[in-house]
Amino acid sequence: MSLYWTALLLSALSGVPGLFTARKGGTVSAAMLTLAAACGLAEAARVLSGGSRWALQLPATPLGAAGALAFDPIAAFFLIPVLVLSACGSIYGIRYWPDHHENARRLRLLLGLLTAFTALLVAAAHMITFLVAWEGMAIVAFFLVITEDREAAARQAGWLYLISTHVGTLCLFGAFALTAGATGTFQFGLLPAGFATSARGSAAFGLFLLSFGLKAGVLPLHYWLPSAHAAAPSHVSSFMSGVLIKTGILGMIRLLSWVPDPPLWWGGTFVALGALSGIMGVALALGQHDLKRLLAYHSIENIGIILLGIGLGTLGRSTGHPAVMALGYGGAMLHVLNHGLFKGLLFLSAGAVAQATGTRNLDQMGGLAKAMPGTARAFLVGAWAICGLPPLNGFVSELFIYLAAFQALPWSRSPWPALALAALALIGALALACFAKAYGIVFLGAPRSPAAAAAAEAPRSMRVPMGILALGCLLIGLAPGLAAPALDRLLQAMTGRPAPPLATLVTLPALTALAGLLLALGLLLRRWAKRGASARDVPTWDCGFDPATPRMQYTASSFADSLVSAMPWALWPQVRWRKLTTLFPWPTRYESHLPDPVLDGVGIPLLERLAHRLERLRFFQAGHLPIYLLYVMVTLFLLLLWTAV
Amino acid sequence: MAEPVLIRSLHILLQVLAVLALSPLIPGLINRVKATLAGRTGPPVLQLYHDLAKLSGKAALFSRTTTGMFLAGPVATVAAVLVASLLVPFGHLPAPIHFQGDAILFIYLFGLARFLTVLAALDTGSSFEGMGSAREVTFAPLAELAIFLGFAALAKASGSASLSDLLASPGLAHARSMAPSCLVLAGWAIVYLAENSRIPVDDPNTHLELTMIHEVMVLDHSGRPLALVLYGASLKLMVLGALILGLVLPRTGRPWLDWGAFGLGQMLLAAGVGVVESVTSRLAMAKVPQFLMVGVLASAFAFLILLV
Repeated sequence: MSLYWTALLLSALSGVPGLFTARKGGTVSAAMLTLAAACGLAEAARVLSGGSRWALQLPATPLGAAGALAFDPIAAFFLIPVLVLSACGSIYGIRYWPDHHENARRLRLLLGLLTAFTALLVAAAHMITFLVAWEGMAIVAFFLVITEDREAAARQAGWLYLISTHVGTLCLFGAFALTAGATGTFQFGLLPAGFATSARGSAAFGLFLLSFGLKAGVLPLHYWLPSAHAAAPSHVSSFMSGVLIKTGILGMIRLLSWVPDPPLWWGGTFVALGALSGIMGVALALGQHDLKRLLAYHSIENIGIILLGIGLGTLGRSTGHPAVMALGYGGAMLHVLNHGLFKGLLFLSAGAVAQATGTRNLDQMGGLAKAMPGTARAFLVGAWAICGLPPLNGFVSELFIYLAAFQALPWSRSPWPALALAALALIGALALACFAKAYGIVFLGAPRSPAAAAAAEAPRSMRVPMGILALGCLLIGLAPGLAAPALDRLLQAMTGRPAPPLATLVTLPALTALAGLLLALGLLLRRWAKRGASARDVPTWDCGFDPATPRMQYTASSFADSLVSAMPWALWPQVRWRKLTTLFPWPTRYESHLPDPVLDGVGIPLLERLAHRLERLRFFQAGHLPIYLLYVMVTLFLLLLWTAV
Repeated sequence: MAEPVLIRSLHILLQVLAVLALSPLIPGLINRVKATLAGRTGPPVLQLYHDLAKLSGKAALFSRTTTGMFLAGPVATVAAVLVASLLVPFGHLPAPIHFQGDAILFIYLFGLARFLTVLAALDTGSSFEGMGSAREVTFAPLAELAIFLGFAALAKASGSASLSDLLASPGLAHARSMAPSCLVLAGWAIVYLAENSRIPVDDPNTHLELTMIHEVMVLDHSGRPLALVLYGASLKLMVLGALILGLVLPRTGRPWLDWGAFGLGQMLLAAGVGVVESVTSRLAMAKVPQFLMVGVLASAFAFLILLV
């Protein structure tokens, strides 16, 4: 318990010393967050390896209500990515966002606070505690998104995020009120049997889904996510993408742990939302030119994969198939951790690339693997893992979810397992296309701009955190057996009864052995191929004409064009292009842009029309404080009158 | 189940040897069938062995633009397909390595090979190879979907995710599963042609870079890396062929009969590819997704029939 408090306190205060020193503030904060991670991880490891869990009643929070914390395996598991990514991010931040950078002190202070609020949230066992941590986390994250507040794009992204997250919080208030009405307490705990199937329970589920879906970026509630994650500094994006959106998943897991009897349609809803998010997320990612926006859309895709696992697990639970439940939930939870590791890694390496080239536009990059070999290797590991390719960690968690779908196939006529299977296959193949594009266009070929040609490798303090995360990806991929017992305990805490151990459902040693064989064969063949005679100073084949120039290379847009234009029902790319007509053509331009179908396609036009209609109501928004106070008083008065009647 | 260790190791040895040594025969057989149908003499059946021997003695060219990734493509293809070959049963059930989920690993190993081949192509900075890799990743999602829907149909009864179980199902011999098996076979045959870059999807013999898919991605490889590319392509023919044959092969349990049937099956499959290549022409690039969609729909219908 004291270790957890130490971690919490250290991370909350990690930015404070930096406020009073002119230099070295970043190092101090990184040291404190690393220490916090060491403490917190030790505590998490203790609980996940079977140690006793603890709970704590806070007698009275400043709000005048009781609060509670419980450090169970669920909290312990979700704490791992929180602390790992904040420690890695802060080490990375020392050189990425040094003291003389804009708002560097504010950034460090807020990153520490964000870590602390998130760490508090994972252990919250009371609705008030949860809401306080939830709201604190949201507001701190808002200020982090607008770190570069001189840029209009960052401010806009920040506002969009702030509004969305508060809509979500509002739904959470409603959902908590409904569940507290059923149990009579604000403590987290089992809901009465039958509540989930009642109309009230369905309403609560809908509100929870809205709130947690907004936080997690589930399509179509994802619209705030790409711009917020692209605008934030890269180590903050890595935390937001790797951890913050997972708190929505944490909420869903907590909800499922309170419900003894989730109805069948809950599982189906999760699978349907997962398939939608997964496929649309990766499809939208394919058309992006901005490296960080591309990664942000992939977070939506991975949330989709996690939801597919949760959905299959819930279906297995509702129909009494413990193996499907264990594989679905286990895969989803492992993917939460895995996505934290590889998405964090990808955002950190993308930040290094953006810093070295001064742009986030893919079509301005190229050939960076030569100038930045360390960063290139890190990005490659992340790309390899996120595509779910063996032998890295992404494959293991996707394998669990696949197996859940396979095992669920024989029952009944339910379409969900087959849908999950098809969605996973499609997501996997499209993600591969997208990351082949991202890695290939950024790091391979010849530089497409002078900035890319002049890029230099990131400093070591930025590469070390990438290396740590890459090692994590490799470790879970090669030895998934290590994670299995922790997942078993997590599942037991979640469902309240012992699930079949994952190690008996999947032959994990076979994966390790085959990964070893693959690596050995690869190294052997590579050695053989390298041994032969070779000539190295030759140009790429140019058909015997003039040497090829970098401008002739395929660009990110041309690489993705055939896939993007194959999905006109989902993606509406905007292309501006003046066709060449005359025999002696003038120079022309080609521009393509992929707007977000939810935000730019539906949301903004609809809201603009609505705002126009509601203009008459502006009368009430006079902008004077006394008038607002009057409104509050009148509302309170009316409520009192209502309760009195 | 209780199979003597010695017999089992002999089967494994036979399978490994078949993959390693006999794969380069298949392209030779295909070419021989094509030549015969066209009335040409054609290259000898063992031509690929000569080519591999010659290429491994030749100097390899590495363009200035390339990095280590250039070599990773061919190397990973051979390594990944070799590992995948251990997961699929050849002439004997079960496969040398079998566990729940090996079907998924099998497909993802092919995914790994594709990922690194595409990256090796982009490594050269050539627009041709960019074009080829863009096409490759465009068509692959449909092929993968067809395979997985086929798995879903085969696993509908058992819920198993192991190739050794999926391909051991009674399949064509059983009245109820006959129609779905035929549909899966049709779907996978299309994938087989596409993944092995054969006509009507791709032409392994074309010499116009603009029209190629797979061959254009390996345009810059030479010497030993090119030998690996050619060898990898023949391995793919063998291993994916084994996947398709698993659907139709009768499993008698008598080793000589089963292995004989497998060998004959591979030869017939090669002959079939040769015939298809002789009588059809290449599809226009825009038509290829439609062709693959037929494969997806065939597998999807197989699953739907089983739902009823």
